[in-house]
Amino acid sequence: MGDILVFLQLHEGSLLKASLSAVSAAQELKQRWNCGRLVGLLLGPRSKEAAANAARYGFDELRWCESSELAHYLAAPYASTVSAVLKGGEFDVFVAAATSIGKDLTPRIAALWDAGQASDIIAVNPDGSLKRPMYAGDILADVEITSAKKAVTVRPTAFAPAVEGKSGSVTEAPYTAAAFAAGSFIEYKGSGGDRPELGDAAIVVSGGRALQSAENFEKYIFPLADVLGAAVGASRAAVDSGYAPNDWQVGQTGKVVAPQLYIAAGISGAIQHLAGMKDSKVIVAINKDAEAPIFEIADYGLVADLFEALPKLTAEIKRIKGQ
Amino acid sequence: MKILVPVKRVPDYQVKVKLAADGASIDTSQTKWIVNPFDEIAVEEAIKLKEAGAASEVVVVGIGPEDVATQLRYTMAMGADSAVLVKTSEYVDSSLAAEILAAVFRRGSYGLIIMGKQAIDSDAGQTPQILAALLQLPQACFASKVVIAEGQATVTREVDGGLETLRIPLPGVISTDLRLNTPRYAPLPGIMKAKKKPLEELSIEQLGVKPTARVRIKRMTYPQQRQGGKKVASVEELVTVLQSEAKVL
Ligand SMILES: Cc1cc2nc3c(=O)[nH]c(=O)nc-3n(C[C@H](O)[C@H](O)[C@H](O)COP(=O)(O)OP(=O)(O)OC[C@H]3O[C@@H](n4cnc5c(N)ncnc54)[C@H](O)[C@@H]3O)c2cc1C
Repeated sequence: MGDILVFLQLHEGSLLKASLSAVSAAQELKQRWNCGRLVGLLLGPRSKEAAANAARYGFDELRWCESSELAHYLAAPYASTVSAVLKGGEFDVFVAAATSIGKDLTPRIAALWDAGQASDIIAVNPDGSLKRPMYAGDILADVEITSAKKAVTVRPTAFAPAVEGKSGSVTEAPYTAAAFAAGSFIEYKGSGGDRPELGDAAIVVSGGRALQSAENFEKYIFPLADVLGAAVGASRAAVDSGYAPNDWQVGQTGKVVAPQLYIAAGISGAIQHLAGMKDSKVIVAINKDAEAPIFEIADYGLVADLFEALPKLTAEIKRIKGQ
Repeated sequence: MKILVPVKRVPDYQVKVKLAADGASIDTSQTKWIVNPFDEIAVEEAIKLKEAGAASEVVVVGIGPEDVATQLRYTMAMGADSAVLVKTSEYVDSSLAAEILAAVFRRGSYGLIIMGKQAIDSDAGQTPQILAALLQLPQACFASKVVIAEGQATVTREVDGGLETLRIPLPGVISTDLRLNTPRYAPLPGIMKAKKKPLEELSIEQLGVKPTARVRIKRMTYPQQRQGGKKVASVEELVTVLQSEAKVL
């Protein structure tokens, strides 16, 4: 097969760890599908410098485009720029991490490039098919992309980030405008905080409907997260009720996490929630209902009222950490 | 403005799916079908826009066998005005679905497409974006708020790290996220009325679309079940096992 193009996402000029996982997946695909060169593409502000830095992750070539038209992510101009690169080369495969930009962008590129797409893959199988969860992770499907051109999004938690290898050359890619009015970026409001990124964190503390309010998240979940240096997550019920911001939702239709330690407090363990955390190394559940389904998959379950258990747990961890 | 709302039927998420004997599909002999929850949110949003005077008509479109009409009738009971059913028994992947929907869009004069960000069966999340690309329309995916004014949509999107707001000219494609609205239940009189609303049946061939899928499911398996179940008696014991047994503290 031809070359592979990997979309590398930047956040304030630095490469996302999720994109390094996509590079790992691309390296596996390269071997399995017998592809040609591995090429990376970075778009937007500071992408030239970032391309030079990223070249060392085993790429043959890095391309960048700093056009001011790409200052903020917008699907149509990003897709037209990427698909022009794809059409202008020997490419047969496009790979991106399944971040919100990767999910928004990749199908649009696939359509412009006449490619079939496998979303959110978790493995490259020995026979070259791709493994991906369906039905909230109740089923794993091995899929084959039958079209000549192939697009893939990669679940970051399923592939270790790429390590440094040989270095490739760095070249500029042209900006290609969409052929129609694509709209405009108005504003971005981060949910804030300086805790670790939910998708990368080694420890995640999540709260559910049982927390009852945003104030209780602050009072019971945050102190535990902070003593552990953890990210904070939430169930859909907690997000829908306004206890936690939308991008904290863990699950089938939210974020997928796989930390070393996942603590679920006051979360029942619906299949849609499990879909986003069941690959965590160690799962702890705190729930006052001994029959809650979360206990079936938790390594350690504590049947308790979280309003008593969480402050105790926070204090106990502080104590052993000598704080 | 006419709004087109694609609606997919999916197995009820409260029931665990079972694999079929062929090992590459699910057993649908006992399946209870529902409207994909994200599409239900899309239908609700379209009806709300109509109620607010921002839209004149809401048309739902489904793809699949004859009995997909049941889900289309349900959305008409919620308040959609009419339905199109593109009949097929073939496996329809995201790109084929988008090609069919593009052909349906071109037959009417629609000002907006609103649809779910993902179907909870395939969990692929591709069709809205592919459709937007095929029609050369702007997209605003994962919407948690939509405001229509002066031929433009201002859309707040649920993205990594927070919320982003975009403005797109219409026509365009909007995909829905969970926080956009809470869909109404179809009221009883609505269910009666829906039986009389127009439902047009079409074939893929009539739309001039070649039914080729680009992705094939080769095999399906159940994931390995995680073995949990161990209980600890106290917070102190929990901390001890996390430290000495799990070694994660
Ligand atoms: C289309 C769709 C997509 C979805 N996507 C997601 C998703 O991505 N992520 C997600 O999480 N969900 C998702 N859901 C929702 C999911 O089905 C559940 O409704 C949700 O996960 C429940 O959240 P919860 O566990 O916080 O609430 P509940 O199910 O209400 O559970 C609350 C738990 O708290 C316990 N509790 C109550 N008080 C206390 C106390 N004082 N101390 C200790 N424990 C207590 C209760 O025993 C109970 O087990 C989705 C649903 C649909 C239909």
